[in-house]
Amino acid sequence: MERTTIDLWVGVFAAAGAAALFGLALKVGNFNSATLGETYSVTGAFENIGSLKPRAPVKSAGVVVGRVDNIKFDTNTYEALVTVKVDKRYPFPKDTFANIYTAGLLGEQYIGLEAGGDDKMLQDGDKFSKTQDAVVLEKMISQFLYSKASETNDTKEAE
Amino acid sequence: MFSALAGMLGGIGHRIIDRLWRFGSGLRFFAYILIYSGESFRRLHLTIREIYFTGVLSLIIILVSAFFVGMVLALQGYNTLQRYGSSEAIGVLVALSLVRELGPVVTALLFAGRAGTAITAEIGLMKATEQLSAMEMMAVSPIARVVAPRFWAGVLSMPLLAALFSMVGVLGGYMVAVPLIGVDSGAFWSQMQASVDFREDILNGVIKSVVFGVACTLIALFEGFDAPPTAEGVSRATTRTVVNSSLAVLGLDFVMTSFMIVA
Repeated sequence: MERTTIDLWVGVFAAAGAAALFGLALKVGNFNSATLGETYSVTGAFENIGSLKPRAPVKSAGVVVGRVDNIKFDTNTYEALVTVKVDKRYPFPKDTFANIYTAGLLGEQYIGLEAGGDDKMLQDGDKFSKTQDAVVLEKMISQFLYSKASETNDTKEAE
Repeated sequence: MFSALAGMLGGIGHRIIDRLWRFGSGLRFFAYILIYSGESFRRLHLTIREIYFTGVLSLIIILVSAFFVGMVLALQGYNTLQRYGSSEAIGVLVALSLVRELGPVVTALLFAGRAGTAITAEIGLMKATEQLSAMEMMAVSPIARVVAPRFWAGVLSMPLLAALFSMVGVLGGYMVAVPLIGVDSGAFWSQMQASVDFREDILNGVIKSVVFGVACTLIALFEGFDAPPTAEGVSRATTRTVVNSSLAVLGLDFVMTSFMIVA
C-alpha cells in the first residue's frame, strides 16, 4: 500500500485529538485524583451532613487524603451514614475526629479529619467514633438572635 | 372564504406529511449506511481521505474560534466573578462551560457550516451530473462508495474536533486569566481540577459530540442525496443542511443535557 500525505495529516489529526482528550482528562479534569490508588473505607454517622455530596474531598491539615464514597440514611438511628475512602498511604488513629467543614463562607462542604492519639489505626470497614455535624447557617442565626433577645431581657430586668 | 381556509389547512397538512416522509426516508437512508458500512470499511483509504477533508481541513476554523471563545469566556467570567471576590474560580467557569456545552455544540455548528455544506454540495452535484447513476450502472453501490465513508469520517472527526476545541479553549482562557488579568496560575488549574469530573463532565461531552457527529453528517449526506438534480435544488439543499443541522444540534443538546443533569 502506498503512503500518501493525506495519511500523514489524518494521523496528525487523530493523534492531536487523542492528545487533547488526554490533556482534558489529566490537566483539566481530576482523572488522576479520582483513582487514588489503594484505599480503605471508614464510615461515620452524622446527625446532619448539610450539603455534603459524594466525591467531596476528605482533608486532613488541608491535604486531600481521600474522597466521600457514598452517603446513606440509616432508618434505625435516623442519622446519615457517610462512607469515605482514604488513601492507604495515610493511616489514621482509631479515635480520629471527623468534622464536616465548609470551604469559605458559602463554598462546598468537605470532611476534615483530626487525628487523635490512639496507638491502633483505623482499619477497612471501621467507624469514626467521634463526629461533628455540618454547621447550619439558619440554626446559628436563630441561636444568635435568641441569645441577643435574652440578653436585652436581662438588662431590662436589672433596671 | 371557506375554500381559502380549507386550502390553507390542506397546505399545512401537506407540509407536515412531506416532513414526516422525508424524516422516514432519512431514517431508511441511515439504515442503508449502516448496512453498507462493512463494504466501505474494506476500502479504508476512502474513509481516511474523507477524514482529511472533513476533519483536518476543519481544524483551522475550529482551533481559532476555540481560542477566541476561551478568551472571551475568561474576560466575561472575570467581570462577574470579581464582584464576588472569587476570580480564582474563573478556571472552573471556563473549563466547565467549554467541556460540557460550548465545546461539543459550537464545534458541531461550525462543522455543519464548514464540512456539512461541502458534503451536501458535493453529493448533490455528483447526483446532478449523474455520477451516482453511473456508479449504479457499474454495479457499484453509491452508498458504499460515496456516502458511508463520508458518514464515518464525520462521526470519527467530531469528537476529536470537540476535544481539541475544549483544550484550546481552556488554553485561551488561561492566556487571558493568568498573564493578562493576573489570576494565580496554581489556583486557576487546581480549582479547575477539583471541580471538573472525568466521567460527569468530560465523558458526557464526548458522548454529546459523537451524537452531534452522527446527526450533522447524516443530515448533510441525506440532503445531498435527496437534492433535486438542478443548480437551484443543490443550493436549497445546502441551505437546508445548515438550518436543519443547527436545529438538530441545539434540540439534541437540550435533550441530552436534561438526561445528564438529572442522572
